[in-house]
Amino acid sequence: MSVDATTVRRIAHLARIAVSDTEVPHLQGELNAMLAFVEQLSEVNVEGVEPMTSVTPMEMKKRLDVVNDGEIADDIVANAPDTADHFFMVPKVVE
Amino acid sequence: MTDLTSLTIAEARAGLASKSFTATELTDAHLAAMEAARLLNAYILETPDRAREMAKAADARIAKGEGGPLAGIPLGIKDLFATRDIRTTACSKILGDFKPPYESTITSQLWRDGAVLLGKLNNDEFAMGSSNETSCFGPVVNPWRREGSNTHLVPGGSSGGSASAVAASLCMGATATDTGGSIRQPAAFTATVGIKPTYGRCSRWGIVAFASSLDQAGPIARTVRDSAILMRSMAGHDPKDTTSVDIAVPDYEASIGKSVKGMRIGIPKEYRLDGMPAEIEKLWKDGADWLKAAGAELVEVSLPHTKYALPAYYIVAPAEASSNLARYDGVRYGLREGGRNIIDMYESTRAAGFGAEVRRRVMIGTYVLSAGYYDAYYLRAQKVRTLIKKDFEDCFAKGVNAILTPATPSAAFGVGEKGGADPVEMYLNDIFTVTVNMAGLPGIAVPSGMDAQGLPLGLQLIGRPFDEETLFSLGEVIEQAAGRFTPSKWW
Repeated sequence: MSVDATTVRRIAHLARIAVSDTEVPHLQGELNAMLAFVEQLSEVNVEGVEPMTSVTPMEMKKRLDVVNDGEIADDIVANAPDTADHFFMVPKVVE
Repeated sequence: MTDLTSLTIAEARAGLASKSFTATELTDAHLAAMEAARLLNAYILETPDRAREMAKAADARIAKGEGGPLAGIPLGIKDLFATRDIRTTACSKILGDFKPPYESTITSQLWRDGAVLLGKLNNDEFAMGSSNETSCFGPVVNPWRREGSNTHLVPGGSSGGSASAVAASLCMGATATDTGGSIRQPAAFTATVGIKPTYGRCSRWGIVAFASSLDQAGPIARTVRDSAILMRSMAGHDPKDTTSVDIAVPDYEASIGKSVKGMRIGIPKEYRLDGMPAEIEKLWKDGADWLKAAGAELVEVSLPHTKYALPAYYIVAPAEASSNLARYDGVRYGLREGGRNIIDMYESTRAAGFGAEVRRRVMIGTYVLSAGYYDAYYLRAQKVRTLIKKDFEDCFAKGVNAILTPATPSAAFGVGEKGGADPVEMYLNDIFTVTVNMAGLPGIAVPSGMDAQGLPLGLQLIGRPFDEETLFSLGEVIEQAAGRFTPSKWW
C-alpha cells in the first residue's frame, strides 16, 4: 500500500500537524518508504494468532477508588503558556 | 593522585568509604571534565550548584556512616527523565523550558541512595533515533574516532549523550532508556556496558513516554559490575506504574563472578545476516569461545520470526508514539504558536515543535491506527509480536539460559552519514536489538572488541524474563576475556 498527496494531507490533519504544500511530496516519499518496509509483514501467517496486548503475563493492577493527590493547582498550571486564575487559556472554541 | 574521573563506581565507592577522597572532590573532578568536554555536546544542561549541594550532603551522610549504596557517586541523567524544578525537554522544542514539578521514580531512587546529579544528557528527540542526530540541541559526538581520522562519529542513539558521557568519563554512570535498542546500540558504539532490563522491572513513571509497551529504562556504565550496582537502585515496584512488576529486587552485584558452568547459550542462526562484516562474525565467534572456555555449552537455536521484528516495530512504536505525543498541544506546557482558532493553534504548535523524525513517526502512527487501516497494519503487527515472543519462549523452554548475538550490525558511523534519503537505512541499526523490546526481555550489551578502524564493537546477551542476574554473570565473563576499552582523550 502507498499513500498519495491527499492522504498525506489528511494524515497530517488527523495528527494535528500543519504541513505546507511544498513539504507534501517529501513527506509522501518518506511515508511510502516506511510503508514499503513494513509490507513484508503480509507474508507472515497470522491465522489464529492472538494479538499481543501485554508483553508480561500479569493482571492489570487496580487501586482503591479514592482521592490520593490534589490541591496542587499552582503546580499544574506552572508550565502553561497562558493561564488565568488556575485556568488554561485557549483560543475561542465556541462562537 | 589518580584522576578521579577514571575510577569505576565500585572503585569510587571503596575510595569514599576509606576516606581517600570526598564526594565533593569526586563531583568537582567530574564538573571540570564536563566543562572541558563541551565539544562532545553530551550534556544539554549542567547542574553544578545542585551537584555540589548533593555531594556535600553525601559527604555528611558518609561521615555519619549513613551513606547509601550510591553515596557520592556522580551520575548523568538522560533528558527523558523528569527532574523536579530542573528543565526536562526530551530534547524537543515542543517542551520548551518545561520544569517538572515532580521527580521520576527512577531518579528519586538514585537520590535516595545518595547519588549526585551532574546534569541532563542529550538524546534523540523523544528518544526517536539511532544516532542522537534528531535532538533539538544538535548531535552528540562520540569520544571514539577512527584511527588516523578526525571525523566526528555518532555515539548511537537514542541514549547518545548517556553513552558518550560515560565513555568520556564525564560521569560515572548514566540513566538511559531503550525502546528498540536505545541503551544497547549506543553502549556498543562507545565501548560501554548498557542493560535494558525486562519490561516491568523499572518504573516508567516520570519518564517522557515514547512507546509505552516497549519503553524500559536501564543504566549505562563502564563495567558490568557498575551496571549491576546502578540496576539495583533503579529497579523496583512502583504503584504509580501499573506495568511495573511487584517482585523483589535481587542484589545484582552478587551475580558478578558467579560461575556460568553448565549454562546453555543459544546462538540464533537468523542473526547471521547476508553480507555481515567479517569482523562482526569474528566478534561473535570470540564471544562464544569465551563463554565456552568458562564452562558454558553453546547450542544453535532458531528464532524464525526475527526478520519481521523491525517492520512490526515500525508499526507498533509509531502507533503508540502518535497516541502518547497527542498531549503536546500547546495548552498545558511547553511551546505554543498562535492560530486563528484552536485547531490552527494545535497544528502550528506541533509543526513548529516537532522535528522531522518525530513528525514522520507521529504521522505513520496516525495512519496505521486510522479507520480502515488498523487491522491491516496495527493488529497484524501485534500478532507478529506474539509470534516473535513465542520464538524466544520455545527457545528458553528447551533449557537455553541466554542467547548471544552481536549488538549492532556495524561500528559507529559519521555524523550525517546515514538516513538522509531513506529513513529505513537508519532504522536497520536496531536489527539485533529490537526483537528484545518486542518480546519484553532483558538484554545487555558488553564491549567485546575493535573493528579494523579501531572502533569498539559490542556483543549482546538476551535473557529470560526477570533473569538479569544471568546476564550480569555472562557479561562479566565477556568483560574479563575482552578487557576494557577506553578512548584516548582528544577533545
